[in-house]
Amino acid sequence: MSSVELTDIASPAARRPVQFWLQGTLAVAAWIGVSALIRYWPNASRTWPMTDGLARLALAVAALIVVAGIAGRWWPGLGRRLRGAGAWLIALPVLLGVWELLTAKLGWLPVPFFAPPQALLDVYVEDWPRLADSLWHSALLLGSGVALGAITGFIAGVAIGWSRSIGYWLHPVLRILGPVPSTALLPLCFFLFPSSWSASVFLIALATWFPVTVLTWSGVASVDKAYYDVARTLGAKQSFLIFHVAIPAALPHVFVGLFMGLGASFSTLVVAEMMGVKSGIGWYLQWAQGWAAYANMYAALLIMALACSGLISALFLIRDRLLAWQQGAMKW
Amino acid sequence: MVAVAASANATGTAGLALRIDNISHGFSLEGQRLAVLDKVSLDIAPGEFVALLGPSGCGKSTLLRLVAGLEPADSGTLLADGEPIKGPDPSRVVVFQDPTLYPWRRVRDNVALGLEAQGLLKTHSAKIDEALAKVGLSTFGRAYPRQLSGGMAQRVALARALVNEPRLLILDEPLGKLDSLTRIAMQKELIDLWQRQGYTALLVTHDVEEALLLANRVIVFSDRPASIKAQLTIERPYPRHRDDPYLVDLRKQILGLLGLADNW
Repeated sequence: MSSVELTDIASPAARRPVQFWLQGTLAVAAWIGVSALIRYWPNASRTWPMTDGLARLALAVAALIVVAGIAGRWWPGLGRRLRGAGAWLIALPVLLGVWELLTAKLGWLPVPFFAPPQALLDVYVEDWPRLADSLWHSALLLGSGVALGAITGFIAGVAIGWSRSIGYWLHPVLRILGPVPSTALLPLCFFLFPSSWSASVFLIALATWFPVTVLTWSGVASVDKAYYDVARTLGAKQSFLIFHVAIPAALPHVFVGLFMGLGASFSTLVVAEMMGVKSGIGWYLQWAQGWAAYANMYAALLIMALACSGLISALFLIRDRLLAWQQGAMKW
Repeated sequence: MVAVAASANATGTAGLALRIDNISHGFSLEGQRLAVLDKVSLDIAPGEFVALLGPSGCGKSTLLRLVAGLEPADSGTLLADGEPIKGPDPSRVVVFQDPTLYPWRRVRDNVALGLEAQGLLKTHSAKIDEALAKVGLSTFGRAYPRQLSGGMAQRVALARALVNEPRLLILDEPLGKLDSLTRIAMQKELIDLWQRQGYTALLVTHDVEEALLLANRVIVFSDRPASIKAQLTIERPYPRHRDDPYLVDLRKQILGLLGLADNW
């Protein structure tokens, strides 16, 4: 789905008021098809609740594509995005159909370990309060830890990059403590800290802190010295050099650090929730596995994937705003 | 020796009087001391345009850094209007060989840099548009540096210097990386701006012809450690022409001083 392809499709659409969209039609047909498959093909081993619900959901998606396709004529932005996703809108019902066949309809995959899609839907309908609560607690823990780690990491990175004497003291700490996987400190932190929650905040912060510090530092250290000469001859003081030269020049590095730090924070979060904190998505996963509620586990994993991906997307959105001056930056 | 006394062509009171007195300077390179400047003395009158010529790596650019106040000299004194130079000051602005525009700032914000650093942005912002107009880039204020050609970027760097109304403009091979057509156009712009603004100008260049077209006085340096080998006063009105027999003759003399007479 390159952008060239998009403009090729979109430009004739602007000229002709009513145009047949083959991919869209196929997508609608595929969603209706998978809905029929779910509804009318008998389940193999047991009657799954929400089978009809899933069939109705697939029909609803088909209807949504039709509505969006029509609305896209008035909102070109929506139309473009819809057409860009055309191939995926066909692939998704096909994949859903294969999943449905392998689990519910033919029973080729062992049942308790591989849940059919309607079982996940059932979890979302029945257990959503607990899932929402877990998601909220995870977000709170992750948000506190990442914010703490990112802010202290940024300050530490600028300080090491700028000041020789701060670097003298912080650098060895960074070199010894930084590379240790923060999950390895988990048992230690659980008895050092007053609560498992504060211990987890500290560990998530540590996991974020290390890459943010190192990359901010490398960003500040690699600023072209000529930038400072220019500012100094124009009358810039020390604070101007830090806030208007060093930091903006280092920002591309800082965002790489934040990206890596966020990734590290996710795994620390899940381990911390599985080991000690009695709430959150990590805890839910552990709990579901303990009860052999595999459908719940898949449901939670899916939510987690969407949430983590959403956070990374948000980070890249902020980066694209702040670093609009950069050319050819990678698109998430 | 073609030493000629400088007769300053002061065009106004805007220029700064620069006295370089017995300056020596060096670097330490892997424990070895490398002498770069050897007892250089030079008096520059307000409003004068002086060009420094010399073999590559002889220490001309180092002298400019000392005059700009970016580094302290090992020995000797530097006086700006009789006051010792202790550090950088916006009255002495440098235009470097590379434009060194900040890529994250739009053209207008790059030009505003000096005013912003000195806390004058609110009261003096009209000067930014003036400076952009002087270098003919009024319509490019919203552009990012990456969208500019080399010549345009260097003109923005010039505007960034001029916005501070410098009394000494230090030009460190500012046209060194431009193509020959842009160079010719910008040499004329440099002369026009200097005549209009009346600042003192100190130019380092490798291009003998450029020095002869722009300067009141050309200083020829020896090989490292640099000392002054000769001074030539160019008594010719502007605009000058590169085929002027007087200038052609001076060019031969200077190339001779640089040991390149036979190769010409």
